[in-house]
Amino acid sequence: MKELVIVSGKGGTGKTTLTASFAALSEDKIMADCDVDAADLHLLLKPNILREEKFVSSQVAVIDRESCLECDICRNVCRFDAISEDYVVNPMDCEGCRLCERMCPIEVIHMEKQENGKWYIAETEFGPMVFAQLGVAEENSGQLVSLVRKEAQKLAKEKNLNYIIIDGPPGVGCPVNSAITGAQLAVIVTEPTMSGIHDLKRILELTRQFRVPSLVVVNKFDLNLENTEQIELYCQEHQVELVGKIPFDTSIIEALQVGEIVVRFSGDGKISRIVTDIWEKVFSRLSML
Amino acid sequence: MVISVASGKGGTGKTTIAVNLALALPNTQYLDCDVEEPNGHIFLKPDIKKRVSVTLPYPRVNYDRCDLCGDCAEICEYGAIAVVKNQVLIFDDLCHSCGACVMLCPQKAFYEVPQEIGIIEIGEGKSVSFGHGVLKLGSTRAHPLVEEVKKYGDTSKTVIIDAPPGTSCPVVEAVRNTDYCLLVTEPTPFGLNDLKLAVEMTREIGVSSGIIINRSDGNDRLIVDYAAEEGLPILLRIPMERKIAEAYSKGISLVDWDEKYRKIFENLFANIEERVAP
Repeated sequence: MKELVIVSGKGGTGKTTLTASFAALSEDKIMADCDVDAADLHLLLKPNILREEKFVSSQVAVIDRESCLECDICRNVCRFDAISEDYVVNPMDCEGCRLCERMCPIEVIHMEKQENGKWYIAETEFGPMVFAQLGVAEENSGQLVSLVRKEAQKLAKEKNLNYIIIDGPPGVGCPVNSAITGAQLAVIVTEPTMSGIHDLKRILELTRQFRVPSLVVVNKFDLNLENTEQIELYCQEHQVELVGKIPFDTSIIEALQVGEIVVRFSGDGKISRIVTDIWEKVFSRLSML
Repeated sequence: MVISVASGKGGTGKTTIAVNLALALPNTQYLDCDVEEPNGHIFLKPDIKKRVSVTLPYPRVNYDRCDLCGDCAEICEYGAIAVVKNQVLIFDDLCHSCGACVMLCPQKAFYEVPQEIGIIEIGEGKSVSFGHGVLKLGSTRAHPLVEEVKKYGDTSKTVIIDAPPGTSCPVVEAVRNTDYCLLVTEPTPFGLNDLKLAVEMTREIGVSSGIIINRSDGNDRLIVDYAAEEGLPILLRIPMERKIAEAYSKGISLVDWDEKYRKIFENLFANIEERVAP
């Protein structure tokens, strides 16, 4: 079983647009949306949800103030400043380490489990899909990403499918680490803007640290040809293959506005050919690994 | 006044709004809290005057004291410690630096060493006080770094906080305790979906918010209808124009590209001020 992950560093460069097109162009695979903060792939793939599960991963301390002697030990040991002067735990700050519970001399602190989000197994016209939504203002996004990947792997095994296509989160932090670790191949979607280039360098360094081979796609490449050239040079210097350049095209925006997959929306048009060509290059690399 | 700029979805134009607001107003400070991918410096080109390393304490074992009892592995809620044969394995990327292992080890065999999670750079760029955090690659501790960046907030100025995308802990850390939050979106189903999450987030932490539509098609039905339903104001629309995208690609801010935007951002601020009136 092989996992392909689509990431970008910078947000909004076209990860989900490309992932959905890959989903429409490929076979023998499962889709996994690991952008659990702001999952969007389902808007394009329109899944039929078969199973919904709660994601319970964190716990927060609760102090029984009736019995509390206000000795302040909990406030002193807590490194997250999560306990107020009147001994109320702010669940937003509490990281569930249980140190206060264990240090409380009269044992009036207990832990409560928290629901941090939901995850789903679904069927789409392009095959099975696993996705999730982290609860708003919640933590542990990295854990939820790992869970989505694990469920996708299980499902792939069950259904005897050989590939998993992962829509990754933006950034280079905790959820991205969880999304790329152990994947066979990463596709990095960038754009020829100063910000895009800056963020591309960071995510490429991260995939190198994690030893995940990477391919680069430049979206909206004709917006700034000089910057696109700079990206091409950077990729050459770092021996990273640039597998395609997608132009700035209003048909992509129109497709997104109506929630359509780009390769379908533009039919046999130019964009569709370019994206299909990118997929073929990505897939041939993936199948060689 | 402290104004945060957030979005849910990435790439909607947070940095564009934050940077231009900072440039259009007098006496401002811009703090980039998108520590995973900070981009504001590209537009403000600040002179960095101060560089600070941000560290968190990570546990290490003194084997003269450790008797391999295994309590630490039980105590750690994050699975960051494993005791195998004659060794204690510590996984820094899972550790939250809570100190539980250090304080609860029966042999007092732990000590802590500071490890860098990122840096903060402070400076001046184009009349704006500048600060940003840069997360060390591979570090999983974005939100403590955001917290540190916010400590540099100078309340004698109008502080503009550029938040990371999403709605989880680093975003909450960036937006909480600000006076107003600008939510930047785009008129697509994705923009709407992620805007809803962002609105929920601001409500959860009790920060009032208003909407900015970027890449407006002039109609923006999806967003307009939602805003009306929720009783949220639409404070500004920036049209979908290839020329704006081109200027952005070169690292040119809107107010430098077209003087008329200076007035537009001044008006935006006046509008926010009225809404935040004490």
